[in-house]
Amino acid sequence: MKKFILAVFALVPVLAFAAGPSLPLDSANNDLADKESLKRGFKTYINYCLGCHQLQYQRYNRTFTDLGIEEADGIENYMYTGEKVGDHITNTMPKKEAAAWFGTAPPDLTLEARLRSPDWIYTYLRSFYLDDKRPFGVNNKLFKDVGMPHVLQDLQGVSSIDENGKLTPAQGGSLTAEEYDEVIRDLTNFLEYVGEPNKLERKALGVKVLIFIFIFFILAYLLKKEYWKDVH
Amino acid sequence: MFANFMAWIDKRLPVTDCWNKHLAQYPAPKNFNFWYFFGSLAMLVLVNQILTGVWLTMSYEPSGDGAFASIEYIMRDVDYGWLLRYMHSTGASFFFIVVYLHMFRGMMYGSYQKPRELLWIFGMLIFLVLMAEAFMGYLLPWGNMSYWGAQVIISLFGAIPVIGDDLTQWIRGDYVISGATLNRFFALHVIAMPLVLVILVFLHILALHEVGSNNPDGTEIKKKKGSVKPEELSKFKFHKHYTDKYDIVDAIPFHPYYSVKDIMGVAFFLFIFCWVMFFAPEGGGFFIEAPNFEPANGLKTPEHIVPVWYFGPFYTILRVVPDKLLGAVAMFGAIIMLFALPWFDRGTVKSMKFRCTLHKVNLFQFTISFIVLAILGTKAATPLNNMIGTIASFGYFGFFIALWFYSKNENTKPVPERVSK
Repeated sequence: MKKFILAVFALVPVLAFAAGPSLPLDSANNDLADKESLKRGFKTYINYCLGCHQLQYQRYNRTFTDLGIEEADGIENYMYTGEKVGDHITNTMPKKEAAAWFGTAPPDLTLEARLRSPDWIYTYLRSFYLDDKRPFGVNNKLFKDVGMPHVLQDLQGVSSIDENGKLTPAQGGSLTAEEYDEVIRDLTNFLEYVGEPNKLERKALGVKVLIFIFIFFILAYLLKKEYWKDVH
Repeated sequence: MFANFMAWIDKRLPVTDCWNKHLAQYPAPKNFNFWYFFGSLAMLVLVNQILTGVWLTMSYEPSGDGAFASIEYIMRDVDYGWLLRYMHSTGASFFFIVVYLHMFRGMMYGSYQKPRELLWIFGMLIFLVLMAEAFMGYLLPWGNMSYWGAQVIISLFGAIPVIGDDLTQWIRGDYVISGATLNRFFALHVIAMPLVLVILVFLHILALHEVGSNNPDGTEIKKKKGSVKPEELSKFKFHKHYTDKYDIVDAIPFHPYYSVKDIMGVAFFLFIFCWVMFFAPEGGGFFIEAPNFEPANGLKTPEHIVPVWYFGPFYTILRVVPDKLLGAVAMFGAIIMLFALPWFDRGTVKSMKFRCTLHKVNLFQFTISFIVLAILGTKAATPLNNMIGTIASFGYFGFFIALWFYSKNENTKPVPERVSK
């Protein structure tokens, strides 16, 4: 019996060949517990992204609470267009016109980190390069022919792509490459948070639950052993 | 006080008698092993699905416009809504893990053989309804994979000659998958299917208790009345429903012996379940698929439309057949084969322990084929994958065909009279 099970487990990996090659992504190495990073990411989002990309499932006050932002401070520094603090983080971009401007309406990004992964976002925002053939003069190595312009160009500057398909270092931005990576890391961190605001709470609760179940298992085992003394 | 109360009840409803007949004095073979946990675990998961489902329904909005947003509302604004939702989504996958292992147990120890054919049929009906339940539930989050997965599966019915197109339209309630489809799937998912499921589970257990539990040796613990020496009889007290007809050996009352053992199994199971639920609720993209974090969009197909992993084996069989209608026939055929298993197996020895080597090899290759089919179901249909899938499909069907041939005059080992320990 045991041999049978072992044999099954031994054989399956051989047959379960790996998936095809996927795009190499840079590791974001972001830290959800770093609230300062989340706040900086939030700020970047409000300033650069929200104009086009809503976070329609996330509320301002929830974000303030989770990120440790005082409500007054939040209203003052993170809310520009007169919404109420309990409102969802939305913009007023008209969907139809936006689709005409960009080829497709800019998607909501609440769940982007869960749809594509934080590493994808981190890599994507660092993969723009000059391309005359595109309407906004830039293309993206990770997301070919994306409709989005390089919104952070004044921070990063812009790269070119060489004949080997490699990106050259960006030129003409106000930040160094390291500083820009930090900005993107913070932004990625924020988007991972927004994707699942309860993530840290979930894991913290999980540890407690597992400890409880472990103790429960030992008690259940001892109880079973005690009862089964009668069985021969 | 309590005794008086129970006496009052028992005069009007046979509660104590029922408790004894089915639990406290139900004779269960004493040699159940690891594989016998999965029945009670399936029941646990069913209860989990029903309870979390009820609470999810309180905040879910079954409409094309509101469904996706209401899931995020549950995840963000409802107190512990995220926990309920993950318990339900993780529970769905674990339901199938547990049920597949439960079925595999039945195959290893011949628990489908005479006189347990009807018990097996009820089990298979549960499996079938469970698949329908899961399929409809999977549309409800209204994510893009929900949408396209449902699109692909429903379009299968379009392969049926003559009535196909009208039938798919009748199922969808629209020309495409739409809010109308979502609403009817919601109704079926929360009311019709669970009701049928619970009734079938009841019948499954009733049928089990009528024929009695099998065991890893496949020996009979109910002997002919009067054939067993008194000192050989099980020393426990069993309900007269069983002892009037049989001499019972090697058995213990289900309660408390297996109830405490199952509690231990529950603890073990919950540890693994909670591990996944709290630390990897997406199950590596298998339990909650990434494209489902994007709302349903009839104009944008996900890169690979793949069903949830638990439909993988049957989906692969569908896909490797070049013709759509024949593919659908093969897929449903794969399930019918399982239904007919008690009649494919013409042997009389139940447990694989005492059956011929060929049977062990056959069961082994079936297990491998099934797992390979499941893995392929979640991958893109490349030519290589299709080739492997074809081989695995032959392995799947071949199991039943081969079984029918060799089981008639099988070279088996002698089955012991009493369970081994």
